[in-house]
Amino acid sequence: MARLVVLGGGVSGHTAATFAAKWLGSSHEVVVVTPNSKWNWIPSNIWVGVGQMSKEEVTFDLAPVYAKAGINFKQAKAVSINPEGSESEAKPFVTIEYTESGREGESEIVEYDYLINATGPKLNFAATPGLGDANGLGEHTVSVCTADHAVHASQELQKCIEKMKAGERQKILVGTGHGMCTCQGAAFEYIFNIEHELKKAGVRDMADIKWISNESFLGDFGMGGLHMKVGGYVVSSKLFAESLFAERNVEWLIGAHTSKVEAGKIEYELLDGSTNEEEFDFAMLIPPFAGVGLKAYAKDGEDITATVFAPNGFMKVDANYAAGAYENWKASDWPRTYQNPTYKNMFAAGIAFAPPHIISKPMSSPNGTPINPTPPRTGMPSGIIGKAVAHSVCDLMTKGENAHLHEASMAEMGAACVASAGKGLTTGTAAAMTVYPVVPDFEKYPGTGRDTEYTFGEIGLAGHWIKHILHHLFLYKAKLNPGWTLIPE
Amino acid sequence: MKHEEKNFEKSDQFNLTMIPGAFARKMRTCVIWQFIRFVAINIKMIVVVGKSH
Repeated sequence: MARLVVLGGGVSGHTAATFAAKWLGSSHEVVVVTPNSKWNWIPSNIWVGVGQMSKEEVTFDLAPVYAKAGINFKQAKAVSINPEGSESEAKPFVTIEYTESGREGESEIVEYDYLINATGPKLNFAATPGLGDANGLGEHTVSVCTADHAVHASQELQKCIEKMKAGERQKILVGTGHGMCTCQGAAFEYIFNIEHELKKAGVRDMADIKWISNESFLGDFGMGGLHMKVGGYVVSSKLFAESLFAERNVEWLIGAHTSKVEAGKIEYELLDGSTNEEEFDFAMLIPPFAGVGLKAYAKDGEDITATVFAPNGFMKVDANYAAGAYENWKASDWPRTYQNPTYKNMFAAGIAFAPPHIISKPMSSPNGTPINPTPPRTGMPSGIIGKAVAHSVCDLMTKGENAHLHEASMAEMGAACVASAGKGLTTGTAAAMTVYPVVPDFEKYPGTGRDTEYTFGEIGLAGHWIKHILHHLFLYKAKLNPGWTLIPE
Repeated sequence: MKHEEKNFEKSDQFNLTMIPGAFARKMRTCVIWQFIRFVAINIKMIVVVGKSH
């Protein structure tokens, strides 16, 4: 019996572990190591952040689901990997530290035959002074990155709304908290949900709402923007996004690196090198992402972290990390199998793999400060990659080490995104978008880099209905309810 | 002044973009039209999902 260890129980790790357990049956063991006791449907955190959903509606306990699937669940965080074993351990292993109540800090060694690293990101609040520190979110701003953060954001937003009702004008700032952030889409969705909630509460005219982002143009979304067919034209997402902001009376500040956060004020640097300040009463700023800080050691104890992981802490896979300048970037730089090039029994999935480079055009200020979005890896790509990696590992375990590896390049897959603006079935409007492929391929699709038949966006109630369906469908699937394998990632 | 024209004067940023008029905004919440769009968007999304696996 061989053992697969999956690090992380988010979208990618959960998908990989559950499919692997189903395909391998009882002939092999699947272990999941994740520090969280609950699974979180992160896209719906936006609705939690405006008080339209509770934490309980977007999370569920992992333990009973893994028990049902026959998965060995360890509520712990991975600390280090010994891909060659050690002088006392013949097999490769992961050192974990329990976070489970009653076992906090307890250390254990978990041997593996195959490893899938799907830890997701570290929310690197400490990258920006005042945004937070090594312990997490700071006291001046809010976040919607976790369900708990979103609950806190909702509480702070309600205080703001009460002040507006009492006649006190409020300044709301939403966007990115650093020049190297990703996930602009989440902030984009949150700002329009806030705008919708303020209208509902009858206080929209008491709020000044402003967007701040590291994108060089509105609608970049970390993908270099996209082009879509609208009204007989093929138009840039820049026009689509600017129109939405102008319609809703939301001003924007782009090409901005938030350099410091204080109580009620941020400092920022723009792409032209100028610096300025922006005051706020309520601010939701997304932190930059980094790897979770796993270390790697060789058999003799030598630190080989730099061999296994990129400098940003994400695991190296079969990507072209030597692509060089922007002009040389190609779709083929992006990984296909997510296998670690040094240790063939290790894979990385979802946000945990190191991208070869960013997708947007690299930008920096004259002071040398990089100000550009890092690549987004949303739920759909993360799920598809997790499933492909699980398929590869299962084949390696059952057919031998020469088994064919399954492929899932982000340059050959699309993503569907729905950014709601409200939650009602007959009120509010959502932007429903698909992009194909996520990473533009200018050789295959000259001009826009994407297939404009399947890259589109439109605003309307239909997007709300789709968002509701996705919420229930993916929670149903993640709970492994009957027919869960029929629901695509 | 028409509803959609008010925001153009609020900032230079707004003045240089496009803002939907009454018909476009009405269609966004017209249940019959949105049901048609719901079907169309779902078909497109299913195709994208299919091409991605």
